[in-house]
Amino acid sequence: MSTQIDTEAIIAWDEVLEHFDPVLGLEVHVELGTNTKMFCGCATEFGAEPNTQVCPVCLGLPGALPVVNEKAVESAIRIGLALNCEIAQWCRFARKNYFYPDMPKNFQTSQYDEPIAFEGFLDVELDDGSTFRVEIERAHMEEDTGKSLHVGGSTGRIHGATHSLVDYNRAGIPLIEIVTKPLRGAGERAPEVARAYVATLRDLLKALDVSDVKMEQGSMRCDVNLSLMPKGTTTLGTRTETKNVNSLRSVERAVRYEMCRHGAVLRAGGSILQETRHWHEDTGMTTSGRPKSDADDYRYFPEPDLVPVAPSRETVEELRATLPEPPAQRRKRLQSDWGFSDLEMRDVLNAGLVDLIGQTVEAGATPAGARKWWSGEIARRANAEGTDVASYAAERSIVPAHVVELEGLVSSGRLNDSMARQAWEGVLDGEGTPTEVADARGLELVQDDGALEAAVDKVIEANADVAQKVRDGKVQAAGALIGQVMKEMRGQADAGRAREIILAKLTS
Amino acid sequence: MAELTRDDVAHLAGLARIDLSDAELDRMVGELGVILESVAVVQQSPIEGVEPMSHPMPIVNVTRPDVVRPSLGAEAALAGAPEADQQRFSVPRILDED
Repeated sequence: MSTQIDTEAIIAWDEVLEHFDPVLGLEVHVELGTNTKMFCGCATEFGAEPNTQVCPVCLGLPGALPVVNEKAVESAIRIGLALNCEIAQWCRFARKNYFYPDMPKNFQTSQYDEPIAFEGFLDVELDDGSTFRVEIERAHMEEDTGKSLHVGGSTGRIHGATHSLVDYNRAGIPLIEIVTKPLRGAGERAPEVARAYVATLRDLLKALDVSDVKMEQGSMRCDVNLSLMPKGTTTLGTRTETKNVNSLRSVERAVRYEMCRHGAVLRAGGSILQETRHWHEDTGMTTSGRPKSDADDYRYFPEPDLVPVAPSRETVEELRATLPEPPAQRRKRLQSDWGFSDLEMRDVLNAGLVDLIGQTVEAGATPAGARKWWSGEIARRANAEGTDVASYAAERSIVPAHVVELEGLVSSGRLNDSMARQAWEGVLDGEGTPTEVADARGLELVQDDGALEAAVDKVIEANADVAQKVRDGKVQAAGALIGQVMKEMRGQADAGRAREIILAKLTS
Repeated sequence: MAELTRDDVAHLAGLARIDLSDAELDRMVGELGVILESVAVVQQSPIEGVEPMSHPMPIVNVTRPDVVRPSLGAEAALAGAPEADQQRFSVPRILDED
């Protein structure tokens, strides 16, 4: 092992870019949303009581015979197809042997040199609108491991623990591991490429409806491989693998941090140790984990208890026909259908409002109205609670029909815009539907021209000088009178109708 | 085939978490060597044109529908565990003390 020269030192970002080109590799594990495990009929429900979703197969008891979950294979093929991969004509599972109590069998059933899907790509759109093609090496099927609770250490960490308590409910849940080829040429955009890739992959998997892809719950997990090449060379440097980087923001930060750390080691004349690194969300740093073992240490061999998977080409084509419209294409289509500007569409995407607006438009609202009501006050409230609009609305049973109804109240002339805002606030406060809130709060434009005319007369009399200006042809002066009339009517008038009456009285 | 070395045996013992004394290592190198030699006779089989196989039956695509079946229940699952606590399997310290 080479001498480590202060591995935790980092150098400035500009210095890294001046001397090195980064090479990125991303491994994403996705838990499939199947009802049952990969090789047995145990349920996969999140948060069940410990060791209640286990059986002889996933506990690795002697004599148990695993059988492959049909739905999991179909999901794996659909993921492969959506990633533009070839689908294997014939492939097998393999045992990955290791001794660690998170797998009671002492091996994980995975795929080794015969993945179900291989040689694909995913085009990723970056912030500046350009596209980066991420080449996919493979997507293979495997199973998740159990969850360990480390006891006796200071902070529940494995270091210093006296023993560990293991729950095997998660052991055997179907996983798809998606591995990119080494990505070169991203340069200073490497952190952004990494984040954009994971985000694009997440959207794609969501559209495929194969996983709930919740990074915070661990149903989608990302490992970041990174190495640096001195500028002007083409030899790959030694890589590190940063494990379990579990948010989009962390993916971006971890790439940047490792680039600066590798740069510091290499600039000081040291060499990078091939190892696993642990990402720490709180400090934004990585720390050394175990040295990476060679693949040979896992002593992979074909799983003798399972027969090969050989999807017929007809099956593959049938599954291809079930693929949804690719998310990027769908976004472009919706933007055009809805008539949103690039900026408006980006805001809508960043706020995660596409589905909500889609449902609201489908329910009968205008796209502009749907965007307006889902992005104003409700976004402010959701943000204050650290959640997104969709979750905020779902928790309070605020639905697209409410927006449709609110728009209806405005277009029918019952509410003006400021009243509609009050009604919407009432809906957000849990006071009921827009109509119920409007009824309860007495929100109603005065439709009676008599009352409006009386107010106009009163205002003209009190503002004779302004009225004279309007009579003399300065129509824009009417604005001040309209404001006065609205005040007189305590806001409960249609400002447009007030203007008509004022002009009729002063200019005809 | 390449001969099994003392380092190979020490490496495998490390992976399998089996603590072998020097004397045991020496003995295992010899004994495992004899076993490998005995099995090596299969390498003389005429396998020209024979596909490697990993399953005795020439069948593919044995699957089951994605339908939940009853699990064991925690009590039965933990019945064979040497130690259990908080409805979980209790296992010895995973990492050696530094």
